[in-house]
Parts: sequence; structure tokens; C-alpha cells
Amino acid sequence: MKANNYLVYLIALPLFSAALLLLLGRIADKWGHLLATLVSASTFAIGAYEFFAMRSRSGVDRAITQHVIQWISVGTLKVDGALLLDQLSICFVLLITGVGTLIHIYSISYMEHDENRRRFFAYLNLFIAAMLLLVLADSYLSLYVGWEGVGLASYLLIGFWNQRPAYATAAKKAFVANRVGDVGLSLAIIIAFTQFGTVSFAGVKAGAPHASSAALTAIGAMLLLAAAGKSAQFPLQSWLGDAMAGPTPVSALIHAATMVTAGVYLITRSNFIFDASSTARLLVVIVGAITLLFGAIIGTAKDDIKKALAASTMSQIGYMILATGLGPIGYAFAILHLLTHGFFKAGMFLGAGSVMHGMDDEVNMRRYGGLAKFMPITAITFGFGYLAILGIPPFAGFYSKDKIIETAFNAGGNKGWILGGAALLGAAITAFYMTRVVVLTFIGAKRWDSMAHPHESPLLMWLPMAILAIGSVTSGFLLSSGSALVHWLQPIVNAGNVEGGKELMKPLTVSLLALGVVVIGAGAAIIKYRTVASEAPSNISIFTKAARKDLYQDSFNEAVLMRPGQGLTDTLVKTDHNLIDGAVRGVGWTLNTISSAARSIQNGYVRSYALIMVLGTLALVATVWLVTL
Amino acid sequence: MDIANYLYLSAALFTIGAVGVIVRRNAIVVFMCVELMLNAANLAFVTFSRLNGNLDGQVASFFTMVVAACEVVVGLAIIVTIFRSRRSASVDDASLLKR
Repeated sequence: MKANNYLVYLIALPLFSAALLLLLGRIADKWGHLLATLVSASTFAIGAYEFFAMRSRSGVDRAITQHVIQWISVGTLKVDGALLLDQLSICFVLLITGVGTLIHIYSISYMEHDENRRRFFAYLNLFIAAMLLLVLADSYLSLYVGWEGVGLASYLLIGFWNQRPAYATAAKKAFVANRVGDVGLSLAIIIAFTQFGTVSFAGVKAGAPHASSAALTAIGAMLLLAAAGKSAQFPLQSWLGDAMAGPTPVSALIHAATMVTAGVYLITRSNFIFDASSTARLLVVIVGAITLLFGAIIGTAKDDIKKALAASTMSQIGYMILATGLGPIGYAFAILHLLTHGFFKAGMFLGAGSVMHGMDDEVNMRRYGGLAKFMPITAITFGFGYLAILGIPPFAGFYSKDKIIETAFNAGGNKGWILGGAALLGAAITAFYMTRVVVLTFIGAKRWDSMAHPHESPLLMWLPMAILAIGSVTSGFLLSSGSALVHWLQPIVNAGNVEGGKELMKPLTVSLLALGVVVIGAGAAIIKYRTVASEAPSNISIFTKAARKDLYQDSFNEAVLMRPGQGLTDTLVKTDHNLIDGAVRGVGWTLNTISSAARSIQNGYVRSYALIMVLGTLALVATVWLVTL
Repeated sequence: MDIANYLYLSAALFTIGAVGVIVRRNAIVVFMCVELMLNAANLAFVTFSRLNGNLDGQVASFFTMVVAACEVVVGLAIIVTIFRSRRSASVDDASLLKR
């Protein structure tokens, strides 16, 4: 490993810019967004430079580190504030800074009329800094700092328009759900420290082969809980839909392309833990398979375009989590899907933002219809993303999603059939709900009222969409031609030793199957949603009703977690009030009563004092007499 | 004469004094009763001194007389002051400490 001195600027620049914009206040209103965008672009430039520098090196020299500070040195725990850039982190650095910069550019125009635009850009830069720290950390503890940082940025940005109570509540909900996952991450770090005496990735990796399987499974399960919180996976998925309260660029950057994929990064980064524990891997695939179906089903019933896309994000990350649970080769495909998803989902979110921009912030797809004529560029870029998520060749999703389905089938035995079947079913439902979104929004009769004047968005908005659309077309091919990404990630995920394993299905069979179910799903959606009412129908099946209510995930959380929690706090309040306060008040009351009684002796008459003295003396004499008798 | 008779007399004087302190209202009379109790104690001291054949009790009774003399000075001064301000020498009227 070589040392390198530029890594720290990747984090320091956006952090400094965020602090500057927040501290300067209104002085920076005029140029704040330009500074933030410039900083974001320069981090991308550093990232690109590091990428090409890394490509020019070979083998073990590719990973580089920079020692920044000696952070913690307590007893045997030594944590250095060091940064690690290897083949895995560079993928994320390029994705975060690249998509991040495009979204900064988009936001300049999107947030133009918001009086707090400077604050918005400060938060975006804060997010970039925290996310880069997350992927550049060389130990779980440093990663944890970034992990909390992105949670904070996500909270601030979801609640950016916190003058609306519902949005502030959504931000709080996201924060609380993430907190549950964070407990998992901190427990994983604690167990890792007790087992290995270190929390650095290298140290844990070196110790993992010698650790007990129970400890590894525990760490794996806790890491999975952390990933489920951050990546909106079952059972902590409920916050993502509400997180769409944030401005649309935020949904594109944080809740589609980057932050929500941190869970996938965490599991991939900890591959040495999961490789050593088959139980943990099994948990991962179960969570992934449930979530990919869960998200897809929710997506079919949402009328809010952003919530439909959020459900889709949940489902696609379910694919990635599923892939990470499928062993070494799965990690590479998970990252491949993560990168392509970053392009097409961010592009589609920006497209949704563009539609909302043209339709006076209307989000109900039943009030859209026929917008392709008015917003051709948005429609085309969205269409590219749509084809990519469906997995139509040669668009990006074809290369990544089919690989995951194929790997799932090849897991072997009943497990392979179940996981492969779930992934294939998910692909069909994905085709159904994405076609529904496209048909409702861009095709069909117009259902908006006469007040709306849909129009194409300005250059600064459609340019990032166009670049992301190009990415949606080409990224899959570029990353997987000659298994480029798999070979690139080889030193990290150690994928080579499973290539050429037994194949349940040939890649071609899987692709044809996937294409078949996608066509069926898309066709069904076209037939069903060719004409729709502008109001959501109310006489619906119980399945639709359940899907509209997010499959009752909120009701479940409320009934199982919130109500008992409230009951517990109520009981505690009552106990505190009656038992503890009661005891304290009882002591006071007793003393008060006794002293009131005692006070009546003090009547001010000398003669009664004298009497008491005489009686006291008599009592004393009597006692002495009795004792000595 | 039996030495116990002196002690009976001492006890009787002390009891009269104690009852007087408790039942009488006039401060001067209360004061006189206090003196009576002190002298009852003196009588007991002297009796025991005689009984034991040494002078310890007689010395103690001198101390008591000196203290009683001081007490008379202070006590009478207080009683006179109270009488001047309240026109009354009743101990029950001087119950201000309660309030």
C-alpha cells in the first residue's frame, strides 16, 4: 500500500465549504450555490485523478492510504484517523462525486426560487463530505462517523421544508428508523473489538478466520441490521417512502443513488465476515429477497410519483442486498447493480423533479398524462432510465440485474429456486410498476386541470438528466464488458475462486426468462393503465389497499413497537408519579405531621415549660432508679 | 436526731418550690419558689456533707448561693423591665416567644 496526500481534500473541501456557507449566513446567498457546486466538481476531479492514478498502478499497489491523525489511543484500543482508497472505495467516490456534482448543477435551477438555497447547498456539501468519509474510512469506527454524518445530512434535507409539520415528522421518522440500524452498527463494532482487539478493516479481516463462528454470525447479523436501517431494507424500510418529503434533488442523490446504498457498501466491505458465516449470509439473502418483493408490490399502488420511485429504490436495493448474500461473485454484481442503479434511478428522480417543476409541484400521477409532448427531453431521459431498470438490452439494468437473477438461481438447490424465483417475480413486478409510472405520466390523455402549464425545464436541469441518461445506457455495458468490474474488485471480494462453478441455468436462459417476464409485466401495465380516472378508485381489492398502505408497515410498527413503547412509558410515568414521588411526598408528609404535633408543645407559657422540665426530670430519675434497682 | 429527717425536709421544700413554679402566675412568687428549690438543694448538700464527714457538699452549697445571688440580680432586672413595659408581673402574659 502506498501513501497519498490528496485523499483528505476529498473530505475537507466540501466540509469546509459547508461550514463556510452555514457560518457566513446571508452574505453568501449570492454565490453560495456556485461555491458548493464548484467544490463538488473539484472533489470529482480529485476522484477522477485518483482513479486514473490507481489504474496506472498494478496489483497490491492499487490501494492507497493516508494517515491523518492518531484519533484514539486508549489502552489496547488504537484507532487512527486514516483514509483508505481501494478498488471498492474508488467506485463509490466516483459515483458520489459524479452524481453529486450533477445534482448540485440541477439544484441551482431547481431551488432557484427558494430563499434558503444557500442552506440547501451547505447541507448537500455536508452530505458529500460525510458520504466520502464513510467510503474512505479504514476502520469501522471512522466509518461510523461518516455513517452518522450522512444520517444527519439526510435528516436535515428531508426536513428542509420543515415549516410543514408533516415534512418535519418524516425527517424525524427517518432519523429514528436509522437510529435502530445504528445500534446494530455500534454493537457490531463492539463485538468486533472484543473479538479481535481492533476495529480496522485490515485487522478484522486478519482476525476473521480465527474467530468463533458464533461471533462472526453475531457481527454479521448486527451489520445486516445496520444495513437494513440505512438502506431501507425489511424490517426497517418504512422511512424511505416518507423521506420523499425532501426536495427532489435530495431524493435523487441521497435516497436513490448514494446514501441508501451505504448498507450494500457495508456488507461488501465486510465480505470477510459474511464469507465466514453461512448463517449471516442466509439472513442477508432473506432480507434482500423479502425487500425486493415488498418494495415492488408497494410500487404498484402508489399514485405519488416520488413514492413509486422510492418503493422502486427499496426493491432495487433489495436486489443488491440479495446479491451480497450470494457469496463472493455476488458482491461484484451487487456493486455493478449499485452503480448502474445510481445512474438510472438518479436520472429518473431528476426526471420526476422536472415533471413536478413543470406541473406546479403536483406529485399525483393521476393528474399527469400525455406529458411527453410538452416535456420531450424529460420524457426521453426518463425513458432511458425506464428501459434500464427494466433490464432491456443493451441498457444498464440488463447487465446488472440479469447477473443477480442468474447468481440467485445458481445458489443451488431449493434455495436457488426460491431466490431466483423471487428475483424473477420482482423483475416482472418492477416492469409492471415502472410501466405504470411511465404510462400515467407521459402517455395517454391529459388529466391535469386547465391551470397547469406544463413546460420543459431549463438547460441546467435537463443537462444533468441527459448525462445520467447516457450513463443509464452505457454504464452497464462499459462496466461488465470483459467482466471489467468483477476483475477490478477481485482483490477486495476475492471472487475468482467461484467462477466456473456449477450452473443451474445458462446466462442466455436467464436473460430470455427475465425478458419474458418483463414483457408480460409491462404489457399488463399498459393494458390496465391505458386509461385511468384522475381520482384514485376506492372500490379496490384488499391487496391494492394493503399496497397503498405500504403493506401495513406503519400499522405494524405502530402496533408492535410504538403502542407497547407508549404503554411502557405510561407505566413508567405512573410508577414514577405514584411510587417514587409518592415515597418522597410520604416522607415529607410524615415529618410535617409529626412536627405539627410537636409544635403544639411550644405554647410560650413559662409554666408549661417548667412542667415539662419537671416531668422530664422525674422521668430521668425514675429511669435511673429503675435501672439501678 | 435521724439524719434522714433533713432529707425529708429538703424533699418537701423542693416539692413545694416546684409546685409553686408550676401553679403560680405572679413572676415574683415564681421567683421565690425557684429560690426555695435552690435552698432545698443546699440543705441536701449540707446533709450529705455531714453524712460523709467531709466538706465537699458545703463547698458546693456556697457555689449554689453565689450563683443564686447572680440569678436574683438578673431575674429581678428582667421582671422589673417586663413590669415597666406591660404593667403586669404575670408570667402568662409574657408568652411572646411562641409568636
